[in-house]
Amino acid sequence: MRLAVFGWGNDSRGDDGLGRALRARIGAADWAEATIIEDYQLQIEHALDLVDVDCALFIDAGKGTPAPFAFARLAPKRDATHSTHALSPEAVLDVYARVREETPPPAFALCVRGESFELGEGLSDAGAERLEAAWDFVKRLMAERSVEAWDKLASQSPRLARLPE
Amino acid sequence: MLNLETAQSPHKLRRVAIEPVSRVEGHGKVTILLDDENRVHQVRLHIVEFRGFEVFIEGRPFWEVPVIVQRLCGICPVSHHIAAAKAMDIAAGYGPLTPTAEKLRRLLHYGQIIQSHALHFFHLASPDLLFGFDSEVGKRNVVGVAAAFPDLAKRGVMTRKWGQEVIRHIVGKRIHGTGCIPGGMNKALKVEERDELRRDIDEIIAWSRESVALVAKLYETNPDFYRRFGESQTNMMGLVDSTGALDFYHGGLRAADAEGARIFDHLDYTTYQDVFVEETKPWSYMKFPHIKSLGAESGSYRVGPLARVQVADRLSTPLADDERRKFVALGGGKPLHGALLYHWARMIEMLNAAEMARDLLNDADIVGTELMADKGPRRGEGVGVIEAPRGTLFHHYRFGDDDLITYCNLIVSTTNNNQAMNDAIRAVAARFLTGREVTEGLLNHIEVAIRAYDPCLSCATHALGQMPLEVDLVDADGELLSRGRRG
Repeated sequence: MRLAVFGWGNDSRGDDGLGRALRARIGAADWAEATIIEDYQLQIEHALDLVDVDCALFIDAGKGTPAPFAFARLAPKRDATHSTHALSPEAVLDVYARVREETPPPAFALCVRGESFELGEGLSDAGAERLEAAWDFVKRLMAERSVEAWDKLASQSPRLARLPE
Repeated sequence: MLNLETAQSPHKLRRVAIEPVSRVEGHGKVTILLDDENRVHQVRLHIVEFRGFEVFIEGRPFWEVPVIVQRLCGICPVSHHIAAAKAMDIAAGYGPLTPTAEKLRRLLHYGQIIQSHALHFFHLASPDLLFGFDSEVGKRNVVGVAAAFPDLAKRGVMTRKWGQEVIRHIVGKRIHGTGCIPGGMNKALKVEERDELRRDIDEIIAWSRESVALVAKLYETNPDFYRRFGESQTNMMGLVDSTGALDFYHGGLRAADAEGARIFDHLDYTTYQDVFVEETKPWSYMKFPHIKSLGAESGSYRVGPLARVQVADRLSTPLADDERRKFVALGGGKPLHGALLYHWARMIEMLNAAEMARDLLNDADIVGTELMADKGPRRGEGVGVIEAPRGTLFHHYRFGDDDLITYCNLIVSTTNNNQAMNDAIRAVAARFLTGREVTEGLLNHIEVAIRAYDPCLSCATHALGQMPLEVDLVDADGELLSRGRRG
């Protein structure tokens, strides 16, 4: 399964770096057929990173989301934010669908709950603890790398109320 | 028009707050105070800018700064990277950059302008312009554009992607690149990288021309509305080269008043603290800079595309300059001030940047390997100024003998535009707010006015969570009357 892994956030702002920290570990693990994409935030051109992949994994920190993390299947969805420079993972899928005029690949979100997002901070104690829990989960995802297996894991995960930018 | 910044008796007024609830920081909020007759008495745009970033920089080694400042912003990290590097060139004691180093920095900067302008136009602005401000929110986004204008959406994505590729090739990676260092560049552009970028540049230029034509066509549908919406008569400022042409990378500052008369010209930007006052106000975290000699009342100014294309005598490339002349002619000898005209000016600049990028890609120096300037005694202080996509950007640093930063001052584009944005939403509120209800249409109009300036609302932190738009109606006693929520 050709996989695109997106890990974004700003590691100068405390737990906002959780997504990138996980992405870095995945990159270092050098799993086969996994393309790693790092960025500050999701944008329209990231839809092009979904071309020719079988599945996408979006990893980010969350605030007020389930702890230690939530794992969910994503569907394309129009963004209704009023003024932002970032897209949600669902909006990236939607841009793909509209621009490519085809259904985007299956996609999942792994959202690790953060606690503190202040400038100049590293990960909080809670964030660091959840990073380890999420990393164990990622290793399981890689060991059971199929859309069907991930769908099953998603069905067992706490639900995310919303997945914006 | 009334001065709508501060009401005479605010405690007697009904309060309307338009507040995107941010997870972290860096959110904007609009408050409107009305009396019982629904007359507008006070309108304020509050933006939390880069809270504490200067303090974050202080104490760090100076050579680290061009890299670390990229964490200011997720959408224009390259602008901060270049401005900081320019300041450090001076502070560290370097002489003029080598031709290759300056051309690489310029190409990097033009790539940044192209990707940022493309993103703003295709993702944020064109949905407003194409679908109107009263259409449903879901339609006023890139998806709506993609549905109705599939080629336009594709072009937006591809143009931004091209700009990102310029950045990646020059600084080595998608984010946190280290291309610009004090005194020059640390990586040459390979021939194959140059060729890859050159392959698509003519298409980028063609698309940019068509985007200018699209905005011009939209303007023709309702010229008076486009000229008057969010209009604020204010001074304008931008960098120009020695010939008076707009220069995004380096030059002297030129300012003109609302009628187009020069306030200053070819101003050495290292003297900025003698010329500008960074005023603070108790109701906003963001400063209100103004030109000292004109005073706080009449010294504020606008920066960014609409200011730049009008204060400059010309643009340096033929296609863009032709479009600039047609645009400026609409004013009949007077500057244009409508907020929506920012979009038109932005597309002219995108065309200008694309033409300049093509010229650089065809210049043999761009793949040269002489990357570092000669070094003299270090000065310990430097000011770097560029024209970032959203406007003039100031970086100012001092460091001690131990190489550690002791002083940092940043004036970002959004700060320079603070007063102009406030004026724009006051004009919109005064014109479109009727009755006791905050309608969807009014919200859209206010958002459109803010969005025209493309303010950077601290986009450096993006965790999964919520960023809805919230509208509170609060009476004079502070009691919540109703709440609207979007997103």
